[in-house]
Amino acid sequence: MTHDLVVQFLAQGAQMTFVLLIAPLAVGVVRRVKARLMRRQGPPLLQAYLDLAKLLRKESVIAESASWLFRSAPYLIFALTWVAAALVPSFASGLMFNWAADVVALVALLGAARALLALAGMDVGTSFGGIGSSREMMIATLAEPAMMLIVVTLAIAAGTTRLAGVADFFIAEPFGVRVSLALSLISLVIVALAENARIPVDNPTTHLELTMVHEAMVLEYSGRHLALIEAASHLKLVLYLSLLICLFAPFGMAPATAGLSGWAIGLAAWIAKLLAGAVLLGVWEVSIAKMRVFRLPDFVGVAFVFGFIAILLAFLTRGVFA
Amino acid sequence: MSQAYEISHLLAGVMLVTSFALLYQERVAAVLNAFAAQSITLALAVAWSAWSDNRPDLFITALIALTLKGIVIPVALHRTVARLGIHREVEKVVGVGVALMVGLALTGLAQALVLKVAAGMASHAREELALALAIILLGFLMMIVRRNAVTQVVGFMSMENGLILAATGARGMPLVVEVSVAFSVLISLFVFAVFVFRIRERFDTVDLEALDRMRGDRR
Amino acid sequence: MIHAYQLVVLIPYAAALILVAVPGYRVGATANVIVSAATFAAGLWLVAGESIVGDYAIVDEFNIVFIAINTLVGFTTALFSASYIGHEIETGRLSPSFVRFYHAMFQAMMGSMNLALIANNIGVMWVGLELATLITVVMVGLYRTPQAIEAAWKYFILASVGISLAFFGTILIYLAGQPALGEGMPAMTWSLLQAAAARMDPAILDLAFIFLLIGYGTKVGLAPLHAWLPDAHAEGPTPISAVLSGLLLNVALYALLRFKMLVAGQPAALDPGPVMVVMGLVSLIFAAFMLYQRRDIKRLFAYSSIAHLGLIVFAFGMGGPLANFAGLLHMAMHSLTKSGIFFAVGHIAQAKGTQRIAEIRGLSVTHPRLAVVFALAVLAICGMPPFGVFASEFLILTTTFAREPWLALLPAFGLLVGFGALLMRLQGTIFGEPVGPAHRVEASSVPMVLHLLLVLAAGIFLPPLLVAWFQRAAELLG
Repeated sequence: MTHDLVVQFLAQGAQMTFVLLIAPLAVGVVRRVKARLMRRQGPPLLQAYLDLAKLLRKESVIAESASWLFRSAPYLIFALTWVAAALVPSFASGLMFNWAADVVALVALLGAARALLALAGMDVGTSFGGIGSSREMMIATLAEPAMMLIVVTLAIAAGTTRLAGVADFFIAEPFGVRVSLALSLISLVIVALAENARIPVDNPTTHLELTMVHEAMVLEYSGRHLALIEAASHLKLVLYLSLLICLFAPFGMAPATAGLSGWAIGLAAWIAKLLAGAVLLGVWEVSIAKMRVFRLPDFVGVAFVFGFIAILLAFLTRGVFA
Repeated sequence: MSQAYEISHLLAGVMLVTSFALLYQERVAAVLNAFAAQSITLALAVAWSAWSDNRPDLFITALIALTLKGIVIPVALHRTVARLGIHREVEKVVGVGVALMVGLALTGLAQALVLKVAAGMASHAREELALALAIILLGFLMMIVRRNAVTQVVGFMSMENGLILAATGARGMPLVVEVSVAFSVLISLFVFAVFVFRIRERFDTVDLEALDRMRGDRR
Repeated sequence: MIHAYQLVVLIPYAAALILVAVPGYRVGATANVIVSAATFAAGLWLVAGESIVGDYAIVDEFNIVFIAINTLVGFTTALFSASYIGHEIETGRLSPSFVRFYHAMFQAMMGSMNLALIANNIGVMWVGLELATLITVVMVGLYRTPQAIEAAWKYFILASVGISLAFFGTILIYLAGQPALGEGMPAMTWSLLQAAAARMDPAILDLAFIFLLIGYGTKVGLAPLHAWLPDAHAEGPTPISAVLSGLLLNVALYALLRFKMLVAGQPAALDPGPVMVVMGLVSLIFAAFMLYQRRDIKRLFAYSSIAHLGLIVFAFGMGGPLANFAGLLHMAMHSLTKSGIFFAVGHIAQAKGTQRIAEIRGLSVTHPRLAVVFALAVLAICGMPPFGVFASEFLILTTTFAREPWLALLPAFGLLVGFGALLMRLQGTIFGEPVGPAHRVEASSVPMVLHLLLVLAAGIFLPPLLVAWFQRAAELLG
């Protein structure tokens, strides 16, 4: 019994660690793919690790007008994002803390992290920080309701909001060609793009402050603070990729009762799918142009509309109105 | 049977999405492409119905929808727009966001209406009818919120697409209606062609605000 | 073996194909008249024959009168058009090359209306009505002035939406009839649907009728769906205005009434009466007030059509044998009178060279015979005895008064308001000092005089056969 408990605990801890360790690799893959498609050499795959290490060694320079919020925000953001990322089932569902892995809780954690980041961006009083924060909130106004609609659609389909429960449902039942789920998928992809500040919502590699959304909020950070925020954004990418995999491509994921071999298979499957997702993201970013900011509400609004239609169609097939 | 229904449901859902896409576009060329996509999806849906319900006469309808509305009309309209130099941007009465929200409301309304009223019908037929009604209402919405004459006619034709979908979903509706629907496409095309040319001749624009000196009543 | 009911459709369609190829105005016009006479003869043959209930066609007590009127007015309009259009070509309003299309479309339109009238299949009925509408859309824009194009475009858009909604209603009727009659043709056949009406799902019937009311109601010109009507009447050629007001509105209402019969056969369905009463009253009173400010004579009588159709729909909404009978009678009388009025208006427009009422004065001095006929026609449409319109209006008001005394005030009020406006305008045009040009009128007076005589005769004596037919139809309407 204790042996079981310890193994479960270790497995959950392993998931937390894996997620943290693989995040910079995923980002490295995206960057490498983009560079190669643009016929450049591109940075080495492990460059993100090296960047984090470098930042941790450097001194953190803080503006005089910064408050306690500015100093503590990176830690909080990192913690919140890490917990959220660790809760998404990766190689196995039904791990020790899976009761806490509720999709609504996930949205709450990410929302809190975003709010902190936006506040930190405004904290120092620079105009670019303000631009970034206000744009981020504008996108959030549409992306979060869309996310909630997706959650509700999935909850209707699976009968639970626990991520593990949803994943189990989709592993067990072949969901065929359901329009509502397809629309939820498109909606979640758009929300993921918006939340991770990827093209077409935001260009992560831009150096033009007036076009920035996410980067503008973190312009004032340096040293270990910047390292934490960078790590948090890597974790967020892995979180969303993992979420997409867990909900819409969960094959290979080990059920709760599988032993070590099942977990190993699950881990391999997860890593493969994660890297495949990273490659797809790289290809996508190269193929599409960034949208102008005033068209962003329309774009993210599409996610909302799709999410809404998905719910309507889900009700339709359940005949709730009848 | 359930598999067949799933696919027809999927195709109807894709048609609904294209209806929203019609409302979303800001350029006339994009509107025409979205309409072509909707018509092609309609052709697929009708063809699937023909195959799974074993009604070969529906293949004719599917073919007509595909060639006429999926290819001929969009291409002809593209050429017309280019040749007549019609404004390439769609003049709007309300913005994209508002139009999409109203579209959502109409979709919900269509569903609530059909599900409540048609409680006696088989469930899959009911759902197809709800989707078809939503597409019809969205086409109607498009006619109302866009001021360009070309997009108004596209809105009308997407209403017709919804009607054809509804007629296909009503299982067993005889050929007569399908032929008449095809007929209507022909006639609409004819009338539309006649008009766009005349409007363009007289007004140098197909923005209907220029056309609308008769708002209210002339005495 | 070709039956008479097929002839009323085949003759016009065949003629349309031939007339396209006929150049020259005179030959085309004469051919038009001959063909219309042949169609009228076929219509009379149907009247003399027995009822028919086939798979696709039906000729029963309800539509026989309308078929007869349709073919008759088609014939008289062709007569009128033959002489009228010549003048239009001379003054350059209509270019000669369009004349053959005009004649071809005229026949195609008549054929489509007949198709809608005799159809037993609700899909075919829809096709006929849609074809007729679309053809009139093109004809309204015939003169190619900016106003004509605008009027035709407005008509096209509104009519298309109406058609689509009506089609959806047709689909719903099929779905309602399917459980009782099975899939396929039987559930589209009106006579079978009528027999099985009590077994149809009432909720679907309700929804279907709403769509049909809005869809076909747009083509009847019920307020607030009437926006296309005044412009279409004013900008199109006068023969087309006559056919629109006199025939097409009636055919659309006929289609709507066929579906009302279905709903009446299902007691559990919502009674559409109240909605129809309200829409009819709104149309009547709204149009009556609008009559006062009109400056174009054709627009004036277009609103008069809206008012009368509103009264008719009110009558059918009231329901019951007397009100239904009155509604049917009014449909017939209005059809003849209004087309006669438009013939007269055509004469006046040619005589004075304008459609503006302010410039039409003193007709009794310049064109006395025309003035007399016009005055009689306007008095007829206003509901003066002994014309037929008085009989039907009187009947409507008395039955309403007998059942809901206070309600009867509203249509009476509307009728009085309309009466006042029309009389005022009549006085202005007939009397006073002549203003402006006074051309000789070349168009034939026979059509309008004929119509007036028919309405007068019907006002004095209704043939018992006609009464019997209308009574049977009134029963079915519930």
